[in-house]
Amino acid sequence: MCLGVPGKVIEIYDTEGLKMGKIDFGGVVREACLAYVPEIEVGDYTVIHVGFAISQLSEDEAQATLEILNELADLQEEFGPEPGADPGQTLPST
Amino acid sequence: MKYVDEYRDADLARKTAAEIQRVVTRAKKDGRVSEDRPWTIMEICGGQTHAIMHFGIDQLLPLEIELVHGPGCPVCVTPLEQIDKALAIASRPDVIFTSYGDMLRVPGSGRDLFTVRAAGGDVRVVYSPLDALKIAQNNPDKQVVFFAIGFETTAPANAMSVVQAKALGLTNFSILVSHVRVPPAMHAILGSPTNRVQSFLAAGHVCAVMGYWEYPEIAEQYHAPMVVTGFEPLDILQGVLQTVQQLEAGEAEVSNAYQRAVTFEGNKPAQAVIERVFQECDRKWRGIGTIPLSGWCLRPEFAEFDAENRFDVEAIQPEESPLCIAGLVLQGLKKPDECPAFGKECTPEHPLGATMVSGEGACAAYYRYKRDAVL
Repeated sequence: MCLGVPGKVIEIYDTEGLKMGKIDFGGVVREACLAYVPEIEVGDYTVIHVGFAISQLSEDEAQATLEILNELADLQEEFGPEPGADPGQTLPST
Repeated sequence: MKYVDEYRDADLARKTAAEIQRVVTRAKKDGRVSEDRPWTIMEICGGQTHAIMHFGIDQLLPLEIELVHGPGCPVCVTPLEQIDKALAIASRPDVIFTSYGDMLRVPGSGRDLFTVRAAGGDVRVVYSPLDALKIAQNNPDKQVVFFAIGFETTAPANAMSVVQAKALGLTNFSILVSHVRVPPAMHAILGSPTNRVQSFLAAGHVCAVMGYWEYPEIAEQYHAPMVVTGFEPLDILQGVLQTVQQLEAGEAEVSNAYQRAVTFEGNKPAQAVIERVFQECDRKWRGIGTIPLSGWCLRPEFAEFDAENRFDVEAIQPEESPLCIAGLVLQGLKKPDECPAFGKECTPEHPLGATMVSGEGACAAYYRYKRDAVL
C-alpha cells in the first residue's frame, strides 16, 4: 500500500474545489488529486499514492543520486574489490 | 519508465552490493565470516520487503548483513476488532462498504469481506477514498462507509475524504478509521527487551508525507542509525550501504537516500490536513498489541463522519487463529518460513493471518518469491 508510483502530470484541472490532474504512468493514464502538491505544473513528475500526489520528484536530486552511485561504480572498476571479499556475489537469474 | 528504469540497473546494483561488501569489516577476521551476530537492519515497509524478495537483494548482500522485515504492512497490523467491525457494518443491507482491495481477503474472526460480499453484502473495492465519495454522491439512499486504514502514506488521502464530505455536505458518508504511525512502532521495537534490530531503513513514502524530523530523537535515544530509503533496487542498496557505513563507524544519524522524493520537512500541505482531521490515540496492532499513541483517530469536529459512531458495532470479541505467528513476524522476531503452518495450513489462497494476504505481507513475499526453497 506504500508503493507509490512515479508518473508525469499531463493535465491539471479543478473538480469540486480540488486540484486534480491526469497522470501518465509510462503510457497508462489515471486521474489523481494534486491538492498536496500546489506548485506542480504540467510536465512535472510526482509520486502517486492511493490516488493522491504525495511528493513532487526532484530532477536534480534524482540525477545526484545516480551520479553518486556511478562514481562509486567507477571507483570499483579502478581499484577492484578488496582482497578477501567474496567474489561469488551475482544477481540471481530470476 | 522515468524514475524507475534507471534505478533497476543490474550492473550498478552489483557494484553497489560490492561496495557494501567492502565496507563490512566483520567478514574480514582471518578471512572468514565472523561468527558474531550479523548487522541487523529492519526495513519498516512491507513494500520494501516485497521489492527485496522480488529483486533478490537479500541474496546480493554479504552474510554479515541480515535484513529483518518490519511491521509496515497496513493490512497486516489492522486489528482483528476493526476487521470484525468492518464485517458487521458491511453486512448491513443499507450500507455500501468500500475498501482498498487488499483488505477483502484479510481474515476476521472466521470470515472475510469476500464472504460478506458472497452473502449479498455490497462490498466494493476502490483505488482512492475519493472514489468512495463519488459512490456516496451517486447513492444518496445508501450509507457509504470507507475502511480508512494505513500508515502516514494513506492518511492525506483518507483525511481529504472527510474534508471533502464536509465541504459537500454529504450525510451518507463515513469512515471506519484504523490508522497507525511509524515512530511509535520504532520506539516499541527498539525498546523491547527481545529487540535485535540495530538500524532502520525508514520507509520512503511515509517520509515523503511526514518528512523525517521525528526520527533523529529516536535514533539518538537507542543509538540506531536510520536511512530514508526508496523502493527500487538501487534505492534499497543505497539505503543499506549508508546504514552499514554508519553501523561500522558507530554512528547513529538519520540520513536520506531517497532525496528525489523526500525532504526533511516532508509534505507540509498534507501534514496540515492530517493535523486538522486526526488526533493521536492509542491503537492496537494486530499480533503485536496496543502501542500508546500509535494511531490516529478522527477529531471531535469530524465525529459525524466516524462509522463507529454511526453504527452500533461495539463489544465484538475477536478470535485469532492459534497457529498463526504473524505477531512475531511483524516484530522481526521470527521469519515467515519458521512458522509450522507456512505453506501448509496457511497459503495466500487460505490465509490464517493477514501477513499471508497482503501485497506487503512478509509471509506472502516469502511464499511468492521463495516457494522453491520451501515447498
